[in-house]
Amino acid sequence: MDGVHDMGGRQGFGRVRHKPKAETFHAPWEKRVNALYSLAVKHGIYNMDEYRHAIERMEPRHYLSASYYERSLTSLATLCIEKGVFTQDELERRAGGTVPLSLPAAPGRPNVATRQKYKIGDRVRVRTEHVPGHVRAPGYIRGKTGIVVDITPAYPFPDAHAHGIHAEDEPTYDVRFRTEELWPGSADRAEVHVGVFESYLEPAA
Amino acid sequence: MPDTGHRQQETAPVERRIDAIEAIFEARGMNARAAIEEFEHTIEEKWLPENGARVVAKAWTDPAFKKRLMENGRAAVGELGLTMPPHHRHLIVKENTATLQNVICCTLCSCTAFTIIGLPPDWYKELEYRARVVRQSRTVLKEMGLDLPESVDIRVWDTTADTRYMILPERPARTAGWSEEQLAAIVTKDAMIGVARLA
Repeated sequence: MDGVHDMGGRQGFGRVRHKPKAETFHAPWEKRVNALYSLAVKHGIYNMDEYRHAIERMEPRHYLSASYYERSLTSLATLCIEKGVFTQDELERRAGGTVPLSLPAAPGRPNVATRQKYKIGDRVRVRTEHVPGHVRAPGYIRGKTGIVVDITPAYPFPDAHAHGIHAEDEPTYDVRFRTEELWPGSADRAEVHVGVFESYLEPAA
Repeated sequence: MPDTGHRQQETAPVERRIDAIEAIFEARGMNARAAIEEFEHTIEEKWLPENGARVVAKAWTDPAFKKRLMENGRAAVGELGLTMPPHHRHLIVKENTATLQNVICCTLCSCTAFTIIGLPPDWYKELEYRARVVRQSRTVLKEMGLDLPESVDIRVWDTTADTRYMILPERPARTAGWSEEQLAAIVTKDAMIGVARLA
């Protein structure tokens, strides 16, 4: 989905608030969120693709204003309700207030039937597709051409795996793009490499 | 405002929300409390940048290990007793040189090889880094204190699949003859993300 989570290349953001040896956590509750969303994965309540997609499904204003761990927490709460571990009513009763949840999912999709294999050095184009559900091709490479520089072992296709649809494993390709092609005349000169699932690609001349 | 007959409820603070989930998990027999204690132990004792620092120091001093690391990162870090979660099926190591700076990011969420380089720092997960580093890499690195000359090329690696990346920093010239332990002590998480160079 073309959600606000798809941040790569968006303009208008200020400086990175960086300091050396920066912390990961800033409050004890954040560690509990991390521990419990991992516990839910261990119990098979959801997989990591469902977890990521439930974050993407957050209401956009909530997504942008929430901290990283509030986003994790919202995904955990939403999926536990959707999977029937508890009800929204039980959660809010125990929490003593309302709990903001993610919005419902659009349908997912199976692996693309016409996908094909590539080898290192092949020129590939990212298919111009607008997928309503989970997708791991960032918007900034859509329709763009790059070169395969590496092939990595197969993973479950996330567009299916995030939606409870049978997901066949498929390879991902490290594809090299040039910023001049991604954002002509409007980017620092660099190469950007993206791990792209086979279903997202088509051959380029 | 029309009176709907319902009492308007306040949004529960984040702490109360996770309290509620913890209590429900505990009531369902999922041992939430034990899982939290185990997690706190793991992040303090196991998922540390010192792991990656050991890998880097060994790669700097043992060419045969470095070759194996570059060919199959997951297997090579396993030689040092380091593991990755099952869904991280591949570790790719990219080497920085005098003329090349590799940098990692995750524009869609905040994926990292956290068992090797440590959990991601706060700024890595923030919107500014995710939005800007792919498009304004040289500018962002300069703002973060790494002012690279134009002669250094930049390669950004966006972690969009479950393959994980780590950067092998360039070894500082002043460290000739140092032991692996001495070398590991100067390797930082930022250098393994690629936003810093080691002096």
